[in-house]
Amino acid sequence: MVATLPAPADVWGWLDDVPDPEIPVISVVDLGIVRDVGWEGETLVVTVTPTYSGCPATSVIALDIETALRAKDVNHVEIRRQISPAWTTDWLSEKGRAKLETYGIAPPQPAGGPEKCPHCGAKDLERVSQFGSTPCKAHWRCTVCLEPFDYFKCI
Amino acid sequence: MDPLFEFLCRMGDNTLVLGHRVSEWCGHAPVLEEDIALANTALDLIGQTQMWLGLAGEVEGNHRSADDLAMFRDAWDFRNVLLVEQPNGDFGQTIMRQFLFDAWHVLALEHLQKSSDTRVAAIAEKASKEAAYHLDRSRDSVIALGDGTAESRRRMQAALDLLYPYAGEFFAVDSVDTAMADQSIAPDPTTLRASYDVCVETALAEATLVLPESRFAHKGGKTGARHSEHLGHMLTQMQWLQRAYPGAAW
Repeated sequence: MVATLPAPADVWGWLDDVPDPEIPVISVVDLGIVRDVGWEGETLVVTVTPTYSGCPATSVIALDIETALRAKDVNHVEIRRQISPAWTTDWLSEKGRAKLETYGIAPPQPAGGPEKCPHCGAKDLERVSQFGSTPCKAHWRCTVCLEPFDYFKCI
Repeated sequence: MDPLFEFLCRMGDNTLVLGHRVSEWCGHAPVLEEDIALANTALDLIGQTQMWLGLAGEVEGNHRSADDLAMFRDAWDFRNVLLVEQPNGDFGQTIMRQFLFDAWHVLALEHLQKSSDTRVAAIAEKASKEAAYHLDRSRDSVIALGDGTAESRRRMQAALDLLYPYAGEFFAVDSVDTAMADQSIAPDPTTLRASYDVCVETALAEATLVLPESRFAHKGGKTGARHSEHLGHMLTQMQWLQRAYPGAAW
């Protein structure tokens, strides 16, 4: 007996419930790292691209995706790693950008720095460090409310 | 000897050895922000190593993984340039080494994105974004410290005098490079020299540092003919766990 395979559109919806392990406020779909979902025979192939090549969350993300799909009774899952085209912050969803900001992380801007303080909205900002708590973030500070905050690096 | 395997080991060993060196700062950097920056830089380099050595193992076809190549080869099988195995020294020396490497790395990766081997091009595309970010930081730091206090300038000049003779090895050509260039897999290293010089000279002028006149270059790392004494010592630290407990995993 061949059960009906779930439609890729449904799978995308399920994956949108899988949180990023390091920034759980956004999903792996919001982050733009899920590049493709499709069936090859009875195997569901999910193509994932890493944010940074050494990002330690990459293997956790693969495991979380597999676990989420098994919970939906998809038992043959292959996580395929794709490095080209290279991940860019342009692939962050609008929903994801808004969630980041509400969470206190300034979303990436093409100008290379945050647009405004995610806490008070002021635009007088200074960079503390080009790097932050995860590979994808830098450390900034608002000179008005004096709060430090993470900025999602634009790459 | 397969020149593609050799070439991939050169790329992967450069990032592996430098990544390990930079990671030695973790918990020891002069300020917290630098500690985080150094750890992140090391992480990027180790990530790139997984891609280069992973492909090297695949090309070799002897079932050696990136980890096998990193942990079970001895010093004479490493193909990194001598620059990256030099000890960290003080913070200035670490940053100068990083800058001299990043300036080459960005150029090399830019060319490798046009490689006739699509696997090489894909890795270069991924790594080049990270390398560009590294260069931004190491360049800024070299300028800030060179054009800083009398003490910071003295240290940066000493670092430059010590390390510049290692930069020339990037542009030395052997049969591996010729084979890669003939197949359009990688650029002829000599063609990168002019752009490298512009990048380095511009930054050093801004940093008020004086480039050594001599173009003498220490060589023997990327061919594996003669590594410096430092590599073996580094490997005893990097490899000890896998050597003591072969195959140990999390």
